[in-house]
Amino acid sequence: MRTAISEIDLRKASSVDEALQILSDEPRTPIAGATDLYVALNFGTLVPRQFLDIWALDELRTISVHEDSLVIGALTSYTALMQSHLVSERLPMLAEASRLVGGVQIQNRGTLGGNIANGSPAADGVPVLSAADAIVVMRSVHGERHVPINAFYTGYRATVMRPDELIVAIEVPRVDGKQWFRKVGTRAAQAISKIVMAAVRGPAPRIAFGSVAPTVVRVPLTENALESGKSIDEAVEILGKELKPIDDVRSTADYRRRVSQNLLRRFWAETA
Amino acid sequence: MTAVGTSVARKDGIGKATGAAKYADDITFPGMIHGRTIRSTIPRGKIKSIKLDFDKTGFTIVDYHDVPAKNAVDLMSQDQPFLAESEIRHMAEPILLLAHEDREKLNAANVVIEYEESEPLFDPEKSTQVFKSVEIVKGDAERALGNDGVVIVEGTYTTGHQEHVYIEPNGVIAVPEDGGISIYGSVQCPFYVIKALRCLLGSAHPNVRVIQTETGGGFGGKEEYPSMISGHAVMLALKSGRPVKIIYDRSEDMVATTKRHPSIVRHRTALTRDGHLVAMDIDVLMDGGAYVTLSPTVLSRGCIHAAGPYNCDNIHIRGRTVFTNTPPNGAFRGFGAPQTEFAVEVHMDRIAEHLGMDPVDLRRINALRPGDKTATGQTLRDDASAHMVLEEAVRRTDFDRKRKEWKGTNRAIGLALFYHGAGFTGAGERNLKSRARLELTPSGVRIAVGSTEIGQGTRTMHAQIVTDALGIPYEDVDVAQPDTSRVADSGPTVASRTCMVVGKILEECAHEMKEKLGSLTPAEYYAKNGAITVERMYEPPDWIQWDDSLYRGDAYATYGWGCDVAELEYDPDTYEVKPIKLTAVQEFGRPIHPALARGQIEGGTAQGLGYALLEKVVMRNGAMANGQLTNYVIPTTLDMPELDVVMMENPYPGGPFGAKGLGELPMDGPAPAVVNALRHLGIDVRDIPATPELLSTCGTA
Amino acid sequence: MTQFTLNGESTQTESSPASRLLDVLREELHLTGSKEGCGEGECGACTVLVDGEPVCSCIIPVGQVEGCEVVTIEGLGGNHPLQELFMNEVGAQCGICTPGMIMAAMTLGPEPTLEEVKIALAGNLCRCTGYSAIYRAILKWRGMPLPTEAGSLVIE
Repeated sequence: MRTAISEIDLRKASSVDEALQILSDEPRTPIAGATDLYVALNFGTLVPRQFLDIWALDELRTISVHEDSLVIGALTSYTALMQSHLVSERLPMLAEASRLVGGVQIQNRGTLGGNIANGSPAADGVPVLSAADAIVVMRSVHGERHVPINAFYTGYRATVMRPDELIVAIEVPRVDGKQWFRKVGTRAAQAISKIVMAAVRGPAPRIAFGSVAPTVVRVPLTENALESGKSIDEAVEILGKELKPIDDVRSTADYRRRVSQNLLRRFWAETA
Repeated sequence: MTAVGTSVARKDGIGKATGAAKYADDITFPGMIHGRTIRSTIPRGKIKSIKLDFDKTGFTIVDYHDVPAKNAVDLMSQDQPFLAESEIRHMAEPILLLAHEDREKLNAANVVIEYEESEPLFDPEKSTQVFKSVEIVKGDAERALGNDGVVIVEGTYTTGHQEHVYIEPNGVIAVPEDGGISIYGSVQCPFYVIKALRCLLGSAHPNVRVIQTETGGGFGGKEEYPSMISGHAVMLALKSGRPVKIIYDRSEDMVATTKRHPSIVRHRTALTRDGHLVAMDIDVLMDGGAYVTLSPTVLSRGCIHAAGPYNCDNIHIRGRTVFTNTPPNGAFRGFGAPQTEFAVEVHMDRIAEHLGMDPVDLRRINALRPGDKTATGQTLRDDASAHMVLEEAVRRTDFDRKRKEWKGTNRAIGLALFYHGAGFTGAGERNLKSRARLELTPSGVRIAVGSTEIGQGTRTMHAQIVTDALGIPYEDVDVAQPDTSRVADSGPTVASRTCMVVGKILEECAHEMKEKLGSLTPAEYYAKNGAITVERMYEPPDWIQWDDSLYRGDAYATYGWGCDVAELEYDPDTYEVKPIKLTAVQEFGRPIHPALARGQIEGGTAQGLGYALLEKVVMRNGAMANGQLTNYVIPTTLDMPELDVVMMENPYPGGPFGAKGLGELPMDGPAPAVVNALRHLGIDVRDIPATPELLSTCGTA
Repeated sequence: MTQFTLNGESTQTESSPASRLLDVLREELHLTGSKEGCGEGECGACTVLVDGEPVCSCIIPVGQVEGCEVVTIEGLGGNHPLQELFMNEVGAQCGICTPGMIMAAMTLGPEPTLEEVKIALAGNLCRCTGYSAIYRAILKWRGMPLPTEAGSLVIE
C-alpha cells in the first residue's frame, strides 16, 4: 500500500552545518539516496514521517587518506566506491561488495552512510567495515563522535546514534593482511544477501558475517580459535555453534549456518 | 519475396520503444476515479462484521449486494464470487470495493472486518474435494508392471507455485459510455471478460465491450483474472457513474492473483533390462487452490503430457486437482505440462541411472516416432520430431564428450526431451467455434480478431499470413486493436493457438477474399464496390477424433517438439548453480517470423530456468509471504546463461504455411534439463525450484 | 516547488518534494513512457537519467532532482536508432520494460562488451525475452560484433 505523500515532510539541507542545526532543532530522519525510503514506508516498516534530505551535501562525498586511515564520506555512492582507486587499493573487498549491491540504478543512489544508518542486517557493505574494524564518524552541533562499527549496532535496526547526529564519514584504518569477501545472494545480481562474509587474514584473523543475525556480527570465538592455531576443522565447528541464524522468506537457518562454515573453510584455504 | 518466414518490420510500430504505447495505467478519462479492493486476511472462515472506519464523503462503496445479476465469475464453473458474501475460502479474497478520486484518501480508508475463523486446509494430499479427475488408460499397466523380468523404478517429483511476473501488473479501467460500459484493460482474452460481465450484469446491461490496451506481458496470468478485476471496476463504475481505474500494485498482484499449480507426480515404471518401456503408472496431483478457475483443463493437459514423448504400450495415468484454502491457481504458460514433463524427464534420468544406461540411449530407444501411439491412443503423423530434436541437441552440444569428461567435476550437463500439444485439447477447438474476420479497407485489408498482442507478435504474424495468402504488400495489411464490439471472437489468446489456429482461419479468410477480389487489388476493388468483409470459422482437421469421457483419441492436432541441454557449474560451498549454457532445439512446424519465434524460445527458456532454480513462492498461512520482486526473484541479465536456439522445421499441413503452436513449448524443457544436469553432478534432486537451500539437503544420486 | 531540467527544457513542479519523481513525470507532466513495475527500485521499468546516471524514478523524491538534468524515454525523441533496433531485433516483446532498458543502455560506452551490457542492465527485469534479443539490439546499435553468446540461431 502506497504511503500518503501528503503525510511526509521532507526538508532539504544545503550544508552539513545546516543539517546538524535542523537535527538539533527537531527530530528528522536523514535520507540520502532514498533507495529504501518508499520501500520501507510502503511496507509499514518505517514509522517516521519527517525526513531530512541530505543528498545535496557534496562535502560528504570525498574519499581520502588521513593519518593512514581511508576516510570515506558518508554520501559516497556504491558507484563511486567501485570507481575509487583509493578504495581499490586499500579496501578492495569494499569495492567488491559495492559491485554486488543492486543494479546500476541502486549503486548510483545507495550510499555507504545510508547502508550503515539503515541498519539492515543484510547490508552488503557493513560486514566489510566490521571485518576492517572501521570507525563511524558521527557529528552533531555538539561535536564529533567516533564509534567503532562493531560497537555501533545495539540490536535489530538499532544503533547508538542519537537523533541529532549525522553520520559524516567512515574511517578505515590500514588493513594488514589478505582481504576476502563473498556475498551469497538470492540470485546473481540485484539480490538481497542470504549470507555475506568479509574477512581479513592478518596477524589476527578478523571475520564478519551479515544476514545471519539481527545485526552484522564478528565471530570472536572462531577468530580466537584460528589465531591460537586451532585447525580449520575445529574453527568450523566453533563457528557452527557461534552463529545463530534464522529462517526467513529468503533462506533457512540450516543453510546459512552450513554455508557460513563452508565459506570459512574456503576463506582459510584461499588466503593461506 | 514472401512475408512468411522473414523477420519483417513489426506491426507494433515504434511506440513500445519510445514510450508512446499506451498501457492501462497510462490512460485517463475525464472524471475518472480510482478503485481499491478490500480483501480477506484469513485463509478460511466466515465474515462476521464489516465496519467502515472512515469518512465516506466522496467514496463509492460496493459489496456483494451491488451485484446486478449473478455474483459469480463465469469461467469453467461459476463457483468463484466477485465479492465474498459470507464464506472466505482463501487469503486476499475480494470482499469490498472502494473508489475515490483522491488515491491518498482511498488508500487511507480503514475497513475493519471481523471473522469467524475455521481450520484451513493447505495440504493438497489431504484434500478430499476434487475439482476434476482424469484417467488415461492404454493397454494394461497394472498387469505389465507384474511381468517377469522387468525392472521397476519408482519416484515422486514435486514442483512449486510459480508467479507470472509480467512486468505490468494487472489493471483495467471501466468507463460508462455510449449507453453502456467499456473496459479498457490489460487482458489476454477480451471475450472471456465479456462472458464474465454478461453473467455479472445480466440482461439489464446489454452494452458491454472490452478494448485491450497495450499489454505488458501475460503468460497466462492475464487469461482469467482480468475477468475478476473488470467485474470489480464495472460495479464501481455503475454505482458511481464515473470511469473507474483499478491498477494493482506489485504486492497485491502477487498475493491475490493466480499462480502456476504446484504438483506432486508419482511414477512407477516397468522396463526391460535393456531399457524398453513396458509400463508406466503415473499419478498426478495438482493443487487447484480455493476455486475451480481453469484447473480442470490444466490438469487435463498435464495428464495428457505426463508420460512424456515416449512410446509405451501400457500406460495408466490418474490425475486429480483438488481444493485447498489458498488463492486459486490458474493458467500459466505450459498449462500443466511443465509440471508433468518435469516429473517424467527427471524420472527418465533416474531410470537410466538405475539401468546403468546412457540417458540419451534410453530416450533413443523409447522416444515416439511417426506411427507410434501416445498415451491417449493418438497415432502420430509425420510431423513428430522427437528423434530429430534429440539427435541435433546431442550433436550440437557435444553431449557425450562433456558427459564423460565432466563427470566428477563441478561442471555438469543434462538434457530433457519434451513435446507440447498445440491448440485446445481434444474437441476443444471444434467446440470453441472461433472466428476470424478480414475487412477490405480503401487501401488494403484489416484483420479483425480478438486475439491479443501481448508481446508474442500476434499482430505481425497474423499480418504476414494474410499478406502471403492474399498476395498483397505487407504494408497494406492493417491489424485492428481488439475491441469486442468490432472484432470477431477468435477464441482466447492461450494454448499456443494464436498462430496455428487463428492464423489458419485468417489464411482461409484471405483465400476467400482473394477469390472475391479477382484480378483487382484491394484498393481497386474498394473503389469500385466498396467495403466487403470475410468471416470464417475454424474447422479442425476432419481426422481428429476425441472421446472426452474416455480420454482417448487425438488429443491435439499436432505437437511441437524440443530437446533442451543445460550446462552448468556448481559451487559445492554455497550450493549455488550457475547455468553457463542452455541449448534449446525446438521444432514447431515453421517459424512465421523467425526473430519473434526465437524470442518466444529465449523468453520461455528464461522462465523455465527461473522455475528450475530461483522462483520460490513462500506460502505462510495460505498467503504468499514473499510477494515482492525483492524476495520472489526472477532471472536478471547476470542469471541468464548463453542461449543457443535452434529452430528446426517439420511442417504441420493443417497450420498456416506449415506452422504449429510455439508459445508454451519452450517452458517445458529447462527445468528437467537443469535437474538432470544436477543429477550428473551426483545430486539426487527431485523437486523444483532447486534452490541452494534445497540442494544443501539433497542426498547423492 | 522543485525546478529541474526535463528532456532539455526547464520544468517546475508544485508537488510536494516528497512526491515520487515517477508520479510527477507520469501524472503531472503526462510523460507516461516511464513505467511502474514494482514501486521498490527492483525492476527498473521506471529508469530515467538524472545528471546522466540511470536511477529508478519510483524511489526518488522529486525534491532530490532540484537543479538536475532529468532525461526520460521521451527525451530521446521518436527515432533514436536504439529504439528501432529494440523493435527490429525483438528486444521489445510486450514493451513494458523497454523504456527503462533503453535508458539504462544510454550510459554504455561506445564499444561495450557483452559483459558490460549485462552489468548495465542487471537492474532492469524483463520477463519476455530472456534478454538475448536486448543484447543483440544494443550491440548492433554500437556496431559491436555479436558474440555467439548473444544467441546463435540455426534453421534447418
